[in-house]
Order: sequence, then structure tokens, then C-alpha cells
Amino acid sequence: MSATAAPAQRVATRRPRGAEEAKARRERWARRGPLLPALIFLIIVTQIPFVLTVFYSLFSWDLAKPGSPHWVGLSNYGAVFTDPVFFAAVLHTVEITFISVGIATLLGLGLAVLLDRAFVGRAIVRTLLISPFLILPTAAGLIWKTTLLDPTYGIVNWIIRIFGGTPVAFVTAQPMASVIATVVWQWTPFEMLILLAGLQSMPRDVLEAARVDGASALASFRELTLPHLRSYLELGILLGAIYVVNTFDAIYMVTQGGPGTETTNLPYYIYQRAFLGFEVGQSAALGVVTVVGTLIVASVALRVMFSIFIEDNTAKA
Amino acid sequence: MATVAATATRRRPRRRRGPGLRARLSSVAWATLAWFAGIVFFFPVLWMVITSFKPEAAAYTSNPKFDFSPTLSEYKQVFSAGMGPFLANSAIATVLSVLLVLALATPAAYALSLRPVGKWRDALFFFISTKMLPVVAAIVPIYLAVREVDMLDSIPTLIILYTAMNLPIAVWMMRSFFLEVPGEILEAARMDGADLRHELTEVVLPVVAPGLAATALICAIFAWNEFFFAVNLTSIRAATMPVFLVGFVSSEGLFWAKLAAAATIASVPVLIAGWVAQRQLVRGLSMGAIK
Repeated sequence: MSATAAPAQRVATRRPRGAEEAKARRERWARRGPLLPALIFLIIVTQIPFVLTVFYSLFSWDLAKPGSPHWVGLSNYGAVFTDPVFFAAVLHTVEITFISVGIATLLGLGLAVLLDRAFVGRAIVRTLLISPFLILPTAAGLIWKTTLLDPTYGIVNWIIRIFGGTPVAFVTAQPMASVIATVVWQWTPFEMLILLAGLQSMPRDVLEAARVDGASALASFRELTLPHLRSYLELGILLGAIYVVNTFDAIYMVTQGGPGTETTNLPYYIYQRAFLGFEVGQSAALGVVTVVGTLIVASVALRVMFSIFIEDNTAKA
Repeated sequence: MATVAATATRRRPRRRRGPGLRARLSSVAWATLAWFAGIVFFFPVLWMVITSFKPEAAAYTSNPKFDFSPTLSEYKQVFSAGMGPFLANSAIATVLSVLLVLALATPAAYALSLRPVGKWRDALFFFISTKMLPVVAAIVPIYLAVREVDMLDSIPTLIILYTAMNLPIAVWMMRSFFLEVPGEILEAARMDGADLRHELTEVVLPVVAPGLAATALICAIFAWNEFFFAVNLTSIRAATMPVFLVGFVSSEGLFWAKLAAAATIASVPVLIAGWVAQRQLVRGLSMGAIK
């Protein structure tokens, strides 16, 4: 930075107007300085790999076979768009994300409402409720697959038997539901915490006034609480979706994408193609298509996010 | 007020809810429901811990067994299976990546809030947009690049990737904590001719310190729990706890009690940290939008 400042000063002694310009430039760089390390780091680690992904997607390259990569143009993309497993994986990704985030948000809202009222042991209940979010996701997958969902020894089937039902081999008979249950269990606390914070930031006197005026609990929830929660709901859904789209651990641990490809989502499919199939070009093309698809969805999501934070939260000069 | 009440209660007569029987009953019902929900959600965790203290035979019963003589033998077996280095790798990768995240995110967030650069909106947009790109799409070139520089199976690789993974969220969180610094105080300090260092240490730091802790906690949770990079880029030397757990399943088979013991050990550090720092967790997760 001092290197840019020195010549600027030399110019400044000659022309007074240049001095102001140089000062302004110095000020701009002084402001940029703290930002640059993070920006450069992130560009190197996250953007260059994506550029390389595009590059690799134009080659046929099998890591398991000898011989160097050779140029194949767009044929990897042709393979992607004629691959039925790819479309299944897209569908499963959308399914897992929408259903899991939807259920987790609804459950989270219900739990947040429960926790918003004072009762004996509220702090303990809140502690119990946030625990699933803190459990190692791989451990959670294992526990769900074995001790909870196992057809003979699992607790869930024990409960089903108590109520006179027939046990279900969840992981093979209901693979998608098993994955979603695991994901929902892990992400409900996350939604709950965000919504609880929203509820607690609600002005009490407004609710009190509505109650005194005889509004039913349901009516004041719908007319007052929900509008207030809107931005918190948006934040929770958006952040939840960012993470749930990338669900990998639960699928790896619970179903391994199966049976067949019934629970294979895009992350798991790309992993399979790259690290079990060693097909660099193919999985790179899959990656590019995934990125483009995500960008379309994300550009909408980002606009939402910006409306949450930037509108009434502008930077101080 | 009478007129408002009259319009609001067209159907329902206005009822006075004192601490009558009805109200007491409803608050008991409320508490019961909340406790029930809490126990249901916590049950898998509890069951994992209970199973980890069972002798292996007691873990497989079609009716869940509660009367068993607790044993630590499963834990001993897990430790003798060589879990120590994995635990250490997880701890090193988590702590160092969190420190690096804070070192990069704090100045960046400052430059996006209190002394903003010209295009702070674009920069902010860029940071969060990297989070939208699915990490799987970049795993192939990352793998090849890491292999090229001979850094497969090394902890520094994980530290760099975990830092990149958490940096955008950390910048957003820290920025919102910086914005909580009261403008008047900042203005007053600048008027008094406080230099930058004074401004940061005396005025800004005390306000953002809890936010810094919240950010660190969230980043630590995500780093400790990370599995995708770890399973694809490490094998023996730098493998972390999630990788140990997976390897444990394939090498030892599905022995539930032993698995539960390993899963418990792998989860306990983050579980306790999250319990202790619940307030920070809420602040961090809501990106500081909530006080």
C-alpha cells in the first residue's frame, strides 16, 4: 500500500487538485485493505476450482485407466442430459430439500411457539431440543439407521408393534422417508432457534392489547405474529436450504443412495461418479450442470436474502 | 377501548382470563406438550448414549432393554481401535480453521460495515454467493489440485477448505455484529481524534466480542461435523472423527454398542459446547439480526 502512496504524493506536490484525488485514492485503498485478504482467499479456494471444473468437463479422463486426458468437447454434457440417473438425482435433490426444509420449518415453528411461553423447565427443554443440531451428522445417520429404524431391533418398530402395527424395514422399504426423517431431525432445531428469536423480538404490548381486545389466540397469531415472523421464516428457509441441498452425510450413512438409485441426490451421484467411478470429465460436467441449475435458483434466493438484510440494515458511512 | 373490543369480539364474548382453573390447566397442558416434544427430539441422542454403555448383547433386543449392567468396555474398545489420532485431527482442523476464519472475516466485515468500501454490496453479494455453489461441483478439481501439490491426506488441506467453507457465513455474521456498534459512540470517538487502533480496541471490540464468540462457535460446529471433504481428501494421517466412524463401521461391522460409543465420543465436544453457549448459538444462527 505504501508503494502506491509514494508516487501519488509526488504528483500531489505539483498539482493541488491531484492531491485531493490522491488522498481520496489512498482513503479508498485504506478501506479496501482489510477486505482483500478474505476476498482473495475465497476467490482462490472457491472460484478457481469452478473454472477448472468447466475446463475438465470438456475432456474424457478416467483416473483408473492409464493415458492422459483427451479433448471431447461437449460430449460429456450430452451424456449428462441423456443420463436417467442424473434426472433422478435432480428430482431427489429437490425432493429432499423441499420436504425436509418444509417439515423442519413447520415443526420448528410449532416448537418455537411452545418455547415462547414460560413453563417449568423451559431452559432444559430448549437444551434438549437443540441437541440434534449439535450431533455429528455421520453419527446421527448411523444411530437412525441402526438403533432407531432397524426392522427387528429398532425402537421405532418397537413402538409400531406396541400399537399393533407390522414392523417396517424402513431403510429398504422407505429409503427416502428414512433419509428425510434424519435430515428433518437435524435441521428442526436450527429452524426453531431462528423462529424463537423472532418470536421473542415481538413487541409484547401489541399481543397484550390484542388479547385484551378479545382476539382469539389463533387470530392474533395469524394477524400479528406470522407477519412479524416473515423475515425470520425467510432467513430460516434460505439458510436451511443452502445446507440441505448439499446433504451427503445422511445419504452416505443411511442408504448409500439406494436401494438402486432411489435416494441418490446430486452430491451423492457426483461423489459416486468421481470417487468410485474415477470419471473426471463426466463428473465435472455433472458439476457444471449442477452449478448452473443452482445459480438460477440461488439468484432468486439471494434477492430474498438481500431484502431481509440490506433494506433496513444499511452500512454506516 | 370499549369500541375496539366490541368490533374485535363479534363472535366471542370477552372472557377474563385470570389465574383460574382453566388457565392453570392450559398452562399444565402447555408444559406437558413442550416437555413431550423435548423428550421425543432428544430421545435418539439419549438412546445413543444409553446404548454406548450396554454390553453388545444387550444392544440387540426386540424389546428395548433398560435393565442392563452398564459397562465401559465398549468405550475401551473404541479407544484401543486407535481413535485418538482422529480425535486430535478433528480438534486441530477445527481450532485452526476457526482462528483463520476469524482472522480473515473480522477485518473483511469491518470493511463492509463501519468503514465500508465503495462497492460493499457487491462484495457482500459475492461472499454469500460462494455459499450457494454446491461444493460437490468443485470436488473433482479440488481433489486433482490437492493431489498435484502432494497435499492429499494432510490437515492443512482441511484447514484451508474449512476456512473457505465458513468464511462467507462468518463475514455476514460479523458484519451484522459490527452494525450493532452505536453510530453516535463511533462518531464521538472519531471526533475526539481517536486513531484507528484506539477506535477498534476501545469502542468496537467490546461491542462485537460476544458476536465474535458466536461466530467462532457456529464455524466450529460446521468444521467439526464436516464429512464430505474429509472422506474424499484424507485417508489415514489426517482423517477426522466422521471418517473414523465410517471406517469403524466397515472394519468392525455394525456392532451397535461399540458404534454408539464411538458416535457419542465424536458428538460430545460439540454437544457440550452448544449447550454451554446456547445464547451465542441463537445470536450466530440468526446472523446477528436478532439481539
